[in-house]
Amino acid sequence: MRSYAARRAVNVVMLSVTAFCAAAALFSLFFVLGYIAWRGLGALSWAFLTRLPKPAGEAGGGIANSIVDSAKLVALAGAIGIPVGVLGGVYLAEFGGGRLGALVRFCADVLNGVPSIVVGLFAYALIVVPMKGFSGLAGSVALAVIMIPIVLRNTEEFVRLVPHALREAGLALGVPRWKVVLRIVIPSAARGIVTGSLLALSRAAGETAPLIFTAFGNRYWDSGFLQPMAALPLTIYTYAISPYDDLHRQAWAAAAVLMIFVLAINATTRLALRTQAMEAR
Amino acid sequence: MEVRGLRAGYGSNEVLKGVTARFLEKAVTAIIGPSGCGKSTLVRCLNRMHETAPGTTMSGQVVLYGRDVLSLDPVVLRRHVGMVFQRPNPFPNMSIFDNVASGLVLNGIAGGRSELEGRVEASLRQASLWDEVKDRLRRSALGLSGGQQQRLCIARALAVSPNVLLLDEPCSALDPIATARIEELVLELKKQLTIVIVTHNMQQAARVSDFTAFMLLGELVEFSATGTIFTKPSDKRTEDYVTGRFG
Repeated sequence: MRSYAARRAVNVVMLSVTAFCAAAALFSLFFVLGYIAWRGLGALSWAFLTRLPKPAGEAGGGIANSIVDSAKLVALAGAIGIPVGVLGGVYLAEFGGGRLGALVRFCADVLNGVPSIVVGLFAYALIVVPMKGFSGLAGSVALAVIMIPIVLRNTEEFVRLVPHALREAGLALGVPRWKVVLRIVIPSAARGIVTGSLLALSRAAGETAPLIFTAFGNRYWDSGFLQPMAALPLTIYTYAISPYDDLHRQAWAAAAVLMIFVLAINATTRLALRTQAMEAR
Repeated sequence: MEVRGLRAGYGSNEVLKGVTARFLEKAVTAIIGPSGCGKSTLVRCLNRMHETAPGTTMSGQVVLYGRDVLSLDPVVLRRHVGMVFQRPNPFPNMSIFDNVASGLVLNGIAGGRSELEGRVEASLRQASLWDEVKDRLRRSALGLSGGQQQRLCIARALAVSPNVLLLDEPCSALDPIATARIEELVLELKKQLTIVIVTHNMQQAARVSDFTAFMLLGELVEFSATGTIFTKPSDKRTEDYVTGRFG
């Protein structure tokens, strides 16, 4: 057996290693946040948020259409992806013990690993080609496909965490199985399901690749979902690879807007969950 | 309520090996026996909760008011045969009021708001919990102590007006004071319904029950008046168990 001093030394070394790794993880987050804030916040202005882009080469202009379109794209993607993901997850957790369940679980994990550009290609073949044109709808479908496996697996995990005793309590009262699931199990898992869905939404809000040949991008206002649509990540991408300094500044500012958008979703989720937890006491 | 030649198990493992017993109306029957003897499985067969777990088997007859319950819809059966579990399991997302009302609301039995309030109050009074919670009906059930939670679960089971109440080791997670209150409650409730209580605690069986069933290795060894079981049992194994020689 090693001496007490040796064991204490090992303890100090290991503790330092873990602390260093934790700090490194935090540092990259704060570096990204800080750098975007530094480069982006300066270029932000009311006009930038409320105006349309100017023609190429002309200074000024804003990203109002990208902000609105991003919200529209993500909202429709959520409307498609969240119900499918949540209900599928409930199926897996409550009824998916058999081979079909294992198959669905496997497919969801594979889908989760599919590169997002390939998902974009799928939506292109599924919607853009038959409808003969880029559209917001195709973009939303691509984003929904990215959201589904995340929401599905997350929902499954949280529904599984609901204690078996609660299901038994419900069944023992003479409540049918489906009602036990709907009125007792899902509400008990609601917090986790909502958090997971919102995180999937913020992930979708930041995706660029699936939108390149689906939503395509648009420099003007559009209506509905059947025309090409702008999106913040697409705008950032287009501006960042352009040769103009002014557009580079705008890309930073748009990145800051996107980041605030995503952070706001995360913060709201946590805040909402905390108030709910306090009310439950 | 009675069982005839009841066999039940999990997969190929048979836990109940042909049990025949009769639980008298408006009396308390205690089921005692060492761990793994099939006590819980027996009561779980009475309201067909046994079959809700995957891979379980069950055969024989379970009779309630002259009808074989195995041919009934289990969902309907469970409204007549209520159950309280080992650990208190109130619904965490519901208030105290909603917990008690849950059986009525989820089954669509409840009439109007005032009828629902009346039945919730009556059930809480039956479970002698009303005075402790009447000022905080809208609060979460998780704020109650373990003993109060267990009485809440009893109130929840009583709210759907069952004829039979199954208690599966209802005090095993409670302290002696909370246990004493549940026992008082059992004695009070037997005036209105049939009670079957599984217990590890022989003193508890002696205190609350009119009849006692002693089980061993999936068989019903002896079933008679509680006084008889504890003072002059007819089977040697029962005597060994109640005198503490094993188990």
